[in-house]
Amino acid sequence: MTTPIYLDYNATAPLKPAVVEAMAVALAETGNASSVHRFGRLARRAIESARGQVAALVGASPHQVVFTAGGTEANNLALAQRSLARVLASAVEHESVSRAADNALVVPVDGQGLVDLGALERLLARESAPAFVAVMLANNETGVIQPVAEVAHIAHAHGALVHCDAVQAAGKIAIDMAALGVDTLALSAHKLGGPQGVGALVVADRAALQPMLLGGGQERGRRAGTENTAGIVGFGVAAELAIRDIEAISGLAGLRDQMEARLRRAVPEATVFGAAAPRLPNTSCIAMPGVAAETQVMALDLAGIAVSAGSACSSGKVKASHVLAAMGAGDLAGNAIRVSAGWRSAPADFDRLVEGWTSLWARLGAHRAGSAAPAA
Amino acid sequence: MNDMTMTAEAKAMEHATRSNEPKKPVYLDYQATTPMDPRVLDAMMPYFIEKFGNPHSRNHPHGWEAEEAVEKARKQVAELIGADEREIVFTSGATESNNLAIAGVARFYKDRKNHIVTVVTEHKCVLDTCRHLEQEGFEVTYLPVKPDGLVDLEALKQAITPKTALVSVMAVNNEIGVIQPLAEIGRICREKGAFFHTDAAQAFGKIPLDVNAMNIDLMSISGHKIYGPKGIGALFVRRKPRVRMIALIHGGGQERGFRSGTLPTPLCVGLGEAAAIAKREMAQETERLTKLRDRFYDSIRKRLPEVYLNGDLAHRIPGNLNISFAYVEGEGLMMGIKDLSVSSGSACTSASLEPSYVLRALGVEEDLAHTSLRIGFGRFTTESEVDYAADRIVEAVQKLRAMSPLWEMAQEGIDIKSIKWAAH
Repeated sequence: MTTPIYLDYNATAPLKPAVVEAMAVALAETGNASSVHRFGRLARRAIESARGQVAALVGASPHQVVFTAGGTEANNLALAQRSLARVLASAVEHESVSRAADNALVVPVDGQGLVDLGALERLLARESAPAFVAVMLANNETGVIQPVAEVAHIAHAHGALVHCDAVQAAGKIAIDMAALGVDTLALSAHKLGGPQGVGALVVADRAALQPMLLGGGQERGRRAGTENTAGIVGFGVAAELAIRDIEAISGLAGLRDQMEARLRRAVPEATVFGAAAPRLPNTSCIAMPGVAAETQVMALDLAGIAVSAGSACSSGKVKASHVLAAMGAGDLAGNAIRVSAGWRSAPADFDRLVEGWTSLWARLGAHRAGSAAPAA
Repeated sequence: MNDMTMTAEAKAMEHATRSNEPKKPVYLDYQATTPMDPRVLDAMMPYFIEKFGNPHSRNHPHGWEAEEAVEKARKQVAELIGADEREIVFTSGATESNNLAIAGVARFYKDRKNHIVTVVTEHKCVLDTCRHLEQEGFEVTYLPVKPDGLVDLEALKQAITPKTALVSVMAVNNEIGVIQPLAEIGRICREKGAFFHTDAAQAFGKIPLDVNAMNIDLMSISGHKIYGPKGIGALFVRRKPRVRMIALIHGGGQERGFRSGTLPTPLCVGLGEAAAIAKREMAQETERLTKLRDRFYDSIRKRLPEVYLNGDLAHRIPGNLNISFAYVEGEGLMMGIKDLSVSSGSACTSASLEPSYVLRALGVEEDLAHTSLRIGFGRFTTESEVDYAADRIVEAVQKLRAMSPLWEMAQEGIDIKSIKWAAH
């Protein structure tokens, strides 16, 4: 049996060894960071150090970082600030944004998955009521990077607040929150080599923040609950390593592009979504026409390659991707798989993917030629 | 074994167990948080390393392996309270569970019912959620407690109306450790047609809990109070009769839509393992802790007059004492026992140094409330630690009293309360 290949980093990334080491130490320590005694003070110090590391990842100040239980909570906390404002969200937002604001006005995207800035402007101008705009930095399925700085510029000109879900972008491209100009920014640790169960909302000084979880007054009253000290420590180390490793991650773009070129050579009918847009270096969303995504994913799994069809959170239900639908993919949306690499990916992993995917095409192609095509 | 045959290591170990010098500072704050049990950490570690998958990834073995681990943990949690595993919703901790249970139920039933009953000694996250719901238009009744810290069941009966959606009463108080009469409260709620939520952060894994026998409809659970990890908790949500809620956190629809977000597999595994260990060891641990607690309390009472236990002793978890030491100043006392990690008031608010609202609710006078210590014992507390702590506290109190004019007056038989102090 060959070594399993993991190419589903956008679902979750393996923890980096230094993160595990730091967490193993932190987990063995006792202490509630709110306690005034020595045990509590040590936990507090570890958390504050991690806060600095996470802030540095996005060029923010430590006091702007509010730790949460993950990216989903961070997005929900941001959206909880909308109060009576009308919400405008891009058509490709993660469900933790779109479902946290039902009744949101949808800002369409173009065929490459990029948010339509003209439409945004028109929607903002339609009413004078305060607005809340949510546009993600990079999409989880396609890796397409949105022009968030322009979005923020337009939105602020209309007096709107801007939230940016940077869960997939963090650690894969450099982020400067001030340059983006957004009011809040959501992060998740486990997408960048940190632990599951911890994330953060970074809040610009000009934005007020009402808490969503109420109680003990932790996180300066912005998020109640005993801090997940070890998780936060792990997040801090992962953030620091992400800054260090950003060059290596951007190097994945070359391997990804080669892979896509090879796949298209073998299957000229294949479509790569968002290929003409700026994309994360690690992500590829590619459709094999006529072959259901589930079939591809299963065949690749049998070959020991882990990829995904769409995002990981849809609780088992195979649904057509709302992201690809918004990009006008039509039926092809059901044929797309997501390949996402990360810090432990090697060139050989891409070779295996190419091998597995092209041989699947050959098998199904042959089958089609011989008899009535299965619906697959 | 005689000395000749003992290795140096064995000698050292024997010395350590006999020695009356425990490792310092001595941790006696088990209600704030508990050390991780090494067995729990061992169970978690593989999920931080090779088994790193997202439990919601349905397409490959990395995901299935993580999902299987999460589901095993869910079962372990359910088994400790007599629930079905489908009734367990993982959360980031008891604070989130309490927020979700109370706000979630209230908001779902708001068209029919708009009233909540809770108790003044609840944890801050319960009280803050209730106050927030008042701003949304709900009515909340805050029941007082008796001087022993327990709820008056008659008052509870009278407080529940046909408009009452939810009664929220904690199982065990975080400051004074008293155990509320859960079965009686559950029976009353069931008869009156109100859901019963209990914040069991301090009770789960420490006292026997049975959601069916006690008619509990929702129960908040914490990982780090039972030697598991921080950042994980659970909410039991009854299926029959079904309790419905509006979620607080929306998104991928995980946890049957009650709580979106990628589940942290290692943390779920940790909570599950901690629950399984608690189930196996609860009886013997209760016995051991009761002995330790009595040894400590007797040692204090034998040597110090004018110490007062806050909260009932009989209806109390064995790992908690909350004692007021009359005629000493609380801050001074804390400074005098620096190598003991204890708490004055609950950890969440102790940085503020306000007198505890829980103690005030029992009718403890402000000066006595200010002299209280919460002493928490747990799985790793040893006899020598308890003896050491008792000695340090007795010394510190005696020293402070020796310097206190109030103590001197009290010894001379002057009733301090009768003194009319000159205006400042």
